[in-house]
Amino acid sequence: MTGELLDSYPAQRHSLLRILQAVQQTEGHLSEEALAAVARHLKISAAEVYGVATFYNQFRFIPYGKHHVVACLGTACHAMGGQLILDAFERELDVKAGGITGDHEWSLDRVGCIGCCTKAPVVVINDVIHARMTPFKVEEVLAVLGFKKSKKEENAGAGASQ
Amino acid sequence: MQGHLNDLQQRAQKKWEQLEGEALTVRIGTPTCGRAAGALDTLQDFRERIEKEGVEAHIIEVGCMGLCFAEPLVIIHKPKSGLPPILYGFITQQHVQRLVEGFLLGDDPCLELALGTVEFKEDGTPYIPELARFEIEERLVLRNCGYIDPLDIGHYLARGGYLTLQRALQMEPDAIILEIERAKLRGRGGAGFSTARKWRGCREIEARPKYLICNADEGDPGAFMDRVVLESDPHSVIEGMVIAAHVIGASQGFVYTRAEYPLVIERLKVALSQAREIGALGENIFDSGLSFDIELVAGAGAFVCGESTAMIYSIEGKRPMPRVRPPRSVERGLWQKPTVVNNVKTFALVQRIMEQGGERFSRIGTVGSTGTAVFALAGRVQQIGLVEVPMGTSLRKVIFDVGGGIPEGRRFKAVQIGGPAGGCLPESSLDLPVDYDSLRQAGAIMGSGGMICLDENNCMVETARYFLDFLCRESCGKCSMGRLVTKQMLLILEDIVKGQGTEADLDLLAALAHDVAEGTICNLCSSAANPTLTTLRYFRAEYEAHVKEKRCPALICRELITYYIVPEQCERGCDHCVLTCPTEAITTDERTRRKRILQDKCVKCGTCLDVCPPEYRAVIKVSPPEKVKELEKAAGG
Repeated sequence: MTGELLDSYPAQRHSLLRILQAVQQTEGHLSEEALAAVARHLKISAAEVYGVATFYNQFRFIPYGKHHVVACLGTACHAMGGQLILDAFERELDVKAGGITGDHEWSLDRVGCIGCCTKAPVVVINDVIHARMTPFKVEEVLAVLGFKKSKKEENAGAGASQ
Repeated sequence: MQGHLNDLQQRAQKKWEQLEGEALTVRIGTPTCGRAAGALDTLQDFRERIEKEGVEAHIIEVGCMGLCFAEPLVIIHKPKSGLPPILYGFITQQHVQRLVEGFLLGDDPCLELALGTVEFKEDGTPYIPELARFEIEERLVLRNCGYIDPLDIGHYLARGGYLTLQRALQMEPDAIILEIERAKLRGRGGAGFSTARKWRGCREIEARPKYLICNADEGDPGAFMDRVVLESDPHSVIEGMVIAAHVIGASQGFVYTRAEYPLVIERLKVALSQAREIGALGENIFDSGLSFDIELVAGAGAFVCGESTAMIYSIEGKRPMPRVRPPRSVERGLWQKPTVVNNVKTFALVQRIMEQGGERFSRIGTVGSTGTAVFALAGRVQQIGLVEVPMGTSLRKVIFDVGGGIPEGRRFKAVQIGGPAGGCLPESSLDLPVDYDSLRQAGAIMGSGGMICLDENNCMVETARYFLDFLCRESCGKCSMGRLVTKQMLLILEDIVKGQGTEADLDLLAALAHDVAEGTICNLCSSAANPTLTTLRYFRAEYEAHVKEKRCPALICRELITYYIVPEQCERGCDHCVLTCPTEAITTDERTRRKRILQDKCVKCGTCLDVCPPEYRAVIKVSPPEKVKELEKAAGG
């Protein structure tokens, strides 16, 4: 798959960034094999490719979940409580920023700023922006998108409410 | 070919006049922030209802008017009603039916939903006389934003677009530089270097080819001016770039923008291909002999790429770490060739200056900083949005008169200007005029124009920690000052916000900040000291409360606060806090039904405080945390 994709880009160093972006777009992340293939295509070392790829926040080396949550921690979001939103996602999904749930359904990331400061704090889930979040809305948003806590937790929850 | 452009322009103008004079138009702002507020649903609903009712109306998708607090925004112009265009705010789906039935079908302009009427200045700049902010604002960069369709080059042409370029291409490059010099234009990327000097420097160099880069890598968190300009009026920037290419003799240009701005990329792609179609880009532009094209480069999320040498490496496909200057980019830039890098707004202003004359531009603003400044006003302020004011306008005017002040009657505390490289200025600086030099003196910088308001609920120590944390994450790691000393400062600040700091830390912090300011390779890390230095300078008492009393006066630093439910305030029957607490940390006393927080389970998310009905206000934060024991004891006893 990577091979065909690579052939559509000229073998110039200048194309490296957009090649990496295209690979991630189609494959969801940058695998070790893909990075090696890119290196062969551009006739540079794999270390060079890896050095560029790891420099940028956009690139991931593990796959995204089916739902990819990105919490914005720009200045405005931070001033409006963005950290509490990230905390709430970490707590609900039981993963840290940069991680993915065991069932590969949910991945969580943070971003420096998406420039949507007027609606702070915001999160982006699969390219949809959720505006003016609160920790409480985190649970709601997750529920609407079909997030279910693992069975163990559900049982614990049921026990507590009885 | 010249006749060709004039033909196109006349046709576009005729169409525009018809649209403005006769047709029923509905303009809906769909920039990124509008979309976050639900503008696409509003748009869809308007489309469906208009089709269903068989109304003959043109729906036009426009960019951002800067009034982001009131999004989604809709402008309806019904010439038959005899009324000027009317701007409506907060138009979510629930209001669409009312507008369609009331105004589009009927005669009721639904004034209860209106923010004001749209009037036009002599040069066609729309303004809203009912909103006080427009008395202070002067819109040059934002002139077209929110009124024209950014995807329709016809709208841009109808307002005189690309005619300025045609005229400029017939001028000698030196004459253009003189005009820019007359305007005293300084670069809008933050440092404020003279644009004419930069261009002349590059023009005088013989080496070929030459490159032109538009820096649209708006990496400062809290800034979104460039995003709005490119989403709302991309052709102004393209036109300015071609003028610059003519001056320096560039054959290839690049717009380097952020991958985090998908809508910018989408709209810019359309704008570039439209510009090629009318011959404003490509071979032999408007028969002038100039051949120039622009390539769009999407960055991949690295703050450092906003620094011009790093950006150049990024375009080359190398690891983007800034290098020591000299040589400057105008001498040896992209692929070692002469390169000019300017900000988005600089190019837009070049277009305005060449259209209206440098003399007129230089009369706006102050002697040292001419023209206008665009700010992204956000954070704890009423009317969040984009603001364009003459340079030299006071911070107070921008925040209180344009921005409407601090919401919910809270107290203004500080304004953070210039992003991670900028500073936090206190109330006593509010009368400072905003221009390059005054801000620098006060310890902040103009930066690219982010302006975040902070109120009594924001902790200045935590704010300083936030910026350093951002910078440490984004530091490229090349120079030891940028890599290690900023990290050391961050560790100290982390100690302080956890209540583990000492008084000696404050002096050490200041000393390290001064070292960083002097010892780094690039401007990004050297100015990283500014947030720390300005907060230390203006808010020392707050630092001292953290280190001496282990108390956070703003009740923000998590390790220094505790949530507490005041028993007398707690309306016992209500279970809001119990039901919403994510960790089941709130218990109900079986006898009194009063609520109590189990501190060992509490994660301090603040939900209980949010959901406690405002008539009770039973949930409070206390600092230092031990204070809660006294309160509990007093309540129990």
